[in-house]
Amino acid sequence: MATFTLPRNSTIGEGRTFKAPPGATRVKTFRIYRWDPDRGDNPRLDSYEVDLDSCGPMVLDALIKIKNEIDSTLTFRRSCREGICGSCAMNIDGLNTLACLKPIEDVKGDVRIYPLPHMPVIKDLVPDLRQAYAQYRSIEPWLKADTPPPPDEERRQSKEERARLDGLWECILCFCCSTSCPSYWWNGDRYLGPAVLMAAYRWIADSRDEYTGERLDALEDPFRLYRCHTIMNCTRTCPKGLNPAQAIAKIKQLMVERQG
Amino acid sequence: MSEPQDPRQAFFIGRRSDGTAVQRPLSPHLQVYDMLQVTSLLSILHRITGVLWSAGALLLVWWLAALASGEAAFALVQGFLGSFAGVILLFGLTAAAWYHTLAGIRHLAWDAGWGFSLPEVRRSGLAVVAGTVVLTLLTFAAALILW
Repeated sequence: MATFTLPRNSTIGEGRTFKAPPGATRVKTFRIYRWDPDRGDNPRLDSYEVDLDSCGPMVLDALIKIKNEIDSTLTFRRSCREGICGSCAMNIDGLNTLACLKPIEDVKGDVRIYPLPHMPVIKDLVPDLRQAYAQYRSIEPWLKADTPPPPDEERRQSKEERARLDGLWECILCFCCSTSCPSYWWNGDRYLGPAVLMAAYRWIADSRDEYTGERLDALEDPFRLYRCHTIMNCTRTCPKGLNPAQAIAKIKQLMVERQG
Repeated sequence: MSEPQDPRQAFFIGRRSDGTAVQRPLSPHLQVYDMLQVTSLLSILHRITGVLWSAGALLLVWWLAALASGEAAFALVQGFLGSFAGVILLFGLTAAAWYHTLAGIRHLAWDAGWGFSLPEVRRSGLAVVAGTVVLTLLTFAAALILW
C-alpha cells in the first residue's frame, strides 16, 4: 500500500550550520540529511558551507572534504570514486545518482543530498539495501545450463549474441533506478524493481543460458514484473546511462510472444 | 499498525552502539524527489486523467437518464452544463479525455517496444501535452460552431 507521507520518526528537522572559513570566495552550501541511531531523535538537515576553491569538482569530493575537514561524523559509502563500484549512490538535487559522477557545478543553488529514497536508513546517507540484494538473489543471476561446455573450451557466442548483452551487463547495482521508481516505493516488498528486472533480462537474453523459460515463469506475476507502469524514472536517473525500462519492456514482450 | 506483513519492516530495526534496538527512519521520497520531470509527471497525469474521465462518464449517465425521464429533468442538466461552471467542467473533462487517449497511445508504442530512448521519451511526452491542448481547443471550436 502506498503511504505518501513520512512516518512520524522520519520527518526531517533543521540541523546545524557549519560556516565557511573567513575569506572563502566561492562558497557553496551543502544541505545534507543526517540521522544517528545513537541520538534517538528525528533526521535533520545539516548545512555545510564549502569553499569550492579548495575542493574537487564532484559532489563526492565535497562530501570527503566535509568529512575530513569540517565534520568527521558525516557517514556515507564510497569506494572507487570513478563510477564503477556503485557505493556512493544517493539523492542529489532531486535525482538519484552517483556522488562521484555528479559535478557540483551542475547543481543550481544549494546542493541537497539525501539517502536513496524510500529505504531504511542505517546512518546519514547509508541506506539498508538488504531487501534489494535479496531480490537480486531471487532472480538467480548466474549462468544456468544443463549441457556441459565443450571440452577445454568456453561456451561460444556469436558477435550478435554477445551484442545483445550490451547495455545490460554494465549495471553496477547501485540501485539508483529502483529507488527512483514510485512503483518500487509503494510495492517494493513484492515488485522486484528496475535494477533487479534488468539483471533478470541480462540472463534471459544470454544465448548460453538454458533456463529462459523457467526465468520467465518466475517473473510471470502481477507484482514481481507487472508493477512496472513505464514511468521511466529509472532510465531518466541511471548514472550509467542504461535503460532498465526498455529491458523490462522486453521481458513483457517475451511473455506475450511465448503465449504463441 | 494497519499494514501487516510488509517484509521490509524487518529492515527498519537498527542497533545503537550499546546494542539496544532503534527504529530506523524511512528516507524521504516524494518529499525530495523531482516529481516534475517529464517521466513521472506525465505518468501520474495519465492515471489522474483516467480517474477523472471515468468519473466524468457519470455526467453522461446523468445526461442520458435526464433525457429519458422528461423535459424538466433534461432542462436542469442542460442548464447546468450550459452554465459557466458546467462549461469549465466539460472543458476539463475534454482535456482529460484527450490526454488519457494520447498518453494511452504512447503506452501502446512502449508496449510494442518503441520509443524508449530518453530523447524519444521527452519528445513523445511533449507531443502528448501539445496534442492535448490542440485537440481540446479544436473540440471546443467544433462544438461552438455546431452549437
